[in-house]
This record gives sequence, C-alpha cells and structure tokens, in this order.
Amino acid sequence: MSLRARGISVRYPGAPREALIDTDLALEPGELLAVVGPNGCGKTTLVRALLGLLPLQRGAVTLDGRTIAEWSPPELAHVVALLPQREETPFSWRVEEMVGFGRYARRGPLSPLTSEDHAAVRRALERCDAGELTGRRVETLSGGEWQRVRIARALAQEPRILMLDEPTAQLDLGHEMELFELVRGLVAEGLGALVVTHHLSLAARYASRMLLLEQGRAVAAGPPAEVIRAELLSRVFRWPVSILPLPDGTPQVIPLRSPPESRDYP
Amino acid sequence: MKLFFWLLCLTGLACLIGLAVGAVAIPPRAVLAALLSPDAPSAAIVRQIRLPRLLLAFVVGGGLGVSGAALQALVRNPLADPYLLGISGGAGLAAVLAMALGVSGAWGIPLIAFLGGLGAVALVYRLSTVAGRRLDPRVLLLAGVIVSGFTGALMTAVLTLSTAEQLRNAFLWLVGGFSGASWRTLAIFVAYALLPLVLLFGAARALDLLSLGEEPAQSLGLDAPRARRLVYLATSLLTAASVAVCGVVGFVGLVAPHALRGLLGPGHRRLLPAVFIASGGFLVLADALARTVARPTELPVGVVTALVGVPLFAVLLHRTLR
Repeated sequence: MSLRARGISVRYPGAPREALIDTDLALEPGELLAVVGPNGCGKTTLVRALLGLLPLQRGAVTLDGRTIAEWSPPELAHVVALLPQREETPFSWRVEEMVGFGRYARRGPLSPLTSEDHAAVRRALERCDAGELTGRRVETLSGGEWQRVRIARALAQEPRILMLDEPTAQLDLGHEMELFELVRGLVAEGLGALVVTHHLSLAARYASRMLLLEQGRAVAAGPPAEVIRAELLSRVFRWPVSILPLPDGTPQVIPLRSPPESRDYP
Repeated sequence: MKLFFWLLCLTGLACLIGLAVGAVAIPPRAVLAALLSPDAPSAAIVRQIRLPRLLLAFVVGGGLGVSGAALQALVRNPLADPYLLGISGGAGLAAVLAMALGVSGAWGIPLIAFLGGLGAVALVYRLSTVAGRRLDPRVLLLAGVIVSGFTGALMTAVLTLSTAEQLRNAFLWLVGGFSGASWRTLAIFVAYALLPLVLLFGAARALDLLSLGEEPAQSLGLDAPRARRLVYLATSLLTAASVAVCGVVGFVGLVAPHALRGLLGPGHRRLLPAVFIASGGFLVLADALARTVARPTELPVGVVTALVGVPLFAVLLHRTLR
C-alpha cells in the first residue's frame, strides 16, 4: 500500500505564507522515509496534510490510489497509524487501556474489545518491549516508557503505514536507538514508515530515503547520501557542518564550532 | 458492579431522605406507606409535591453530572463543568430574556435556553483560542468565568429593568431551586434530556479518545470534529433543559466525575452511568439540605451545591496546575 503526495501546498488561515509549498512525496511498503529540516519548516504540517487533517491549497494526497479525503477516519486508522509529536491526557489511564485505544477503529464506538483485540494489545506491548508495563497508570511512566506505550498503541492498530512525528525528541541515547531499531524491524516486515526527526545522523543510518524541507519546500529528496551534504545542510540549518562517513560509508553530520558572526549563510 | 450496587443503595437512601424531610417531616415508614397506597395519610404531599421534586432533582443532577464528565473529556480538563464553562449562564440569560420579552410556554423556554447555551459556549471557545491555535485548558476556564460574569450581569440588568409578571420570582429561580417542580416540569425536562443523554452514553468510547486530544483521536479512527460537535450540542441541550426547569445550579458536574474516576478509572463506558446515578443522588441530597437547614425558609439549591463544589474546585485546581 503506497502513500503519495503530488505538489501539495498548505496555508493556515490568516498565515502570511504557505506552510507547505508544492511538495512531492512517495512512501512504499518496506521503506523508511525520514523527513528532516529546521524548526518550523513544515514537517508536522506535511504529516498532517498526508493524513488529510488539513485542507490543501493545491495538489493531492492518495493512499492506495484513492484520494485521502475519500478515506473515512476509521478506514484510514485501519491502515495508517500516527504517533503525534505531543500528547497529554488529564486522566489516569492504565497502559493496557491506552494501547487498547488502538483497536477503536476495528471495534467501532459501541462494542467492547474482544479476546482478539486483547491479544493484539499484548502482542503490540511485547513488540515494543513494554509488556511489563501492563497495569501501570500512564502518569507514572517515564518519558521512554510513555513513548513505547504510544508506539504499542499505534502497532495495535495493525497498520500498513506508520508515521512518527519526532518520536525520540525526549529520549536518551539508549531509548532513541531502541526506537529506531524497533522501527527498522517493522520496516523489514514490510511496513512503510515515515519518521520526522531532528537527528540527521541517525536518519542517515536508518532511512532508505530522506526528504529535506526548508521553509515549506522540499529542497532535497533521495537516498541519505544525496541529502546529507555539507554545503546543503549548512545552508538550510544556518550552521556550518561537516560530513564524516562511517566505516560502512554512511554519512554522519558533525556540526562545527564557529563564532556567531560567521553564521551568515546565504 | 459492586460499586454500582453501593451507589444505588446510597442513592436510594438519599431519595428516602429527600421524601421524608421538608416543611413537614414525614417518618420513613409513612413515606413508604404513601408511595405504596394513595390513601395513606401523607400521600398527597409525598406523591404530588415531593416525589416529582425528588425525581426532577435526580434527573437534573444526573444530566448535569454527565454533562460535566463529557465536557471534562472534551476540553481535557477535570475542572470543566457546564456552569464554569459559561453554558449555564448563557442558557439562563436567554431564558430570562425570553421571559422578559413575554415569551411564555414551559416547552419553549428550554429551546431558547439551548440557543443561549450554544452562544455562550461558542464565545468561550472563541475567547480561549485568541492566544493561539492550541487550546489552553486554563485560558478556557478563564474565558468561561468571563462569559459567566458577563451573562450574570446582563441577567441582573434584565431582571431589574423588566416588569414582566413571570420574572417576579426569577431571582430565586436564577440561583437554582426545585420549589416549582411538578410532574409537568419533570415531563418537560425528561423530554428534552432523553436524546442528549442517549447520545452522550453512546459516545462513551469517543469521549475516551477525545480526552487524548483531537489529533490522536482522529488518527485512532474517530471523526473528531463530528464527535466534538455532538458533545457540545448534547451537553448544551442538557444544561439548557436543566436551567429552564430549575435555574442555574453550578458545580454538580464537578463532584461525582472526580470522585468516581478515582474509583472506576477514567473509561467513560463505566464512568458515565455511575456519574448519572451519583450526581442525581447528590442533587437530591443537596435539595433536601436546602429545604431543611433554614426551615421554614428554603435555600436555593445552587447555594448548597456551590458550598460543596467550590472547595472541591479549589482542591482540583491546586492539583491540576501544580
């Protein structure tokens, strides 16, 4: 099942300029697409537009050949799962209830969860190494545990496409690597994954393709080697970087130390 | 299930107290006799005055409780309540205006109040999103308080300036009371409250998801804008119907949802029915108290619910913002 965007543009009501301009994107099964770019460049807007949560000024998003607007929310939730960037709940849900919400689209508003649903919840929790969190209240979880529970909820949807919006923003090195490894494993099983991240070097190691956004425009797209280029990243992020390859050739981004006056990138 | 059993027992006890106390105290045995036989000595008082009043207090309390619980999930803030969000004030203002302009008819007032409630909630929502696109629950409450203050001032102005016959007792009605309860007002309230109650009970799992936020809810398969509209409409209608029959009674939507979430967990499939029963029982007790503490003068029931609700609100506020 493939997700495609052709020339999509988004303008928020009252905003002086478009938040997303003529962007193309394709996500195929078994592929990890990393979306990168400076703060406010339109990454989250892109995710929301792909899910049909925002009206488009121009262009079209299609999923499996059908325009995204033709998918009802439950239909879409069967196929695409999203991990939103921020999420807070005022209530004290148990971990298994939270993950069980992933089954909403499969059960509908009135019927209770079946044994099949409970099995899916358990599988999802174990897949995310979060089985031992069952019974805990969500407000007692650490940042890493909460993130694993939310990913388990997304997996309980049994989606074909997974979208993660800055999933590792609050995670330490170990938890961040765990998460990328988990996503890589899912992609190896045929899932399509889109990951919005600020971690360029990890994106270069895990992504099959990358998309670099600058002020709402895609300025580079392709395999990591085509996007991770010193002069391009220095210009887009307005900070000098240098690229060092790992022994296997994967490019890694090293930000340079530089005095503030030399921050002048065209 | 055990909890529901105890809830029902406590509510039954509250109802017995509600029927027994008042200007004339009737012993529980005589209350039961009056309920069983129309020829019992106290049958007239119990059947014609106290029973409809008690039932009205129960269903109004239940409706306000369910509205409170639903709004708390919707705005993701355990401090939300139809009164604090300005819905009651908007509904009250519309009802007072209608009466002052000479609109009569007990069936029409709830509908006019409904429009007032909707207007108020729209204004509160608009005010609370002025600061930015993201809705801040604290700003929402502030907006609710501002709109409540505004509608309160306007209501006072209308009451003071109007000479309409119907408004003579409107001041007492405004602070909330069941002294006008009859089988007819009960029928009117139930007619208006039934549909929104059924819709809200049916939306229990949608409320679970809405409490996570609009984007997570939508991505989990809920048509979030539609669910949000449904909850606003249903709670506004429920609140308006209650304002039309008993005036502005605040804080009922705060007490039971808070207490029961601790016992039952936040899942709305179990929470909403329990909240309905407990809030109904709470308002029955509050009304019994209102009738007896200053006998023979009757306190407005809104005074009693505020005396219980405000301290609880303070505790909740402390916990939420800490």
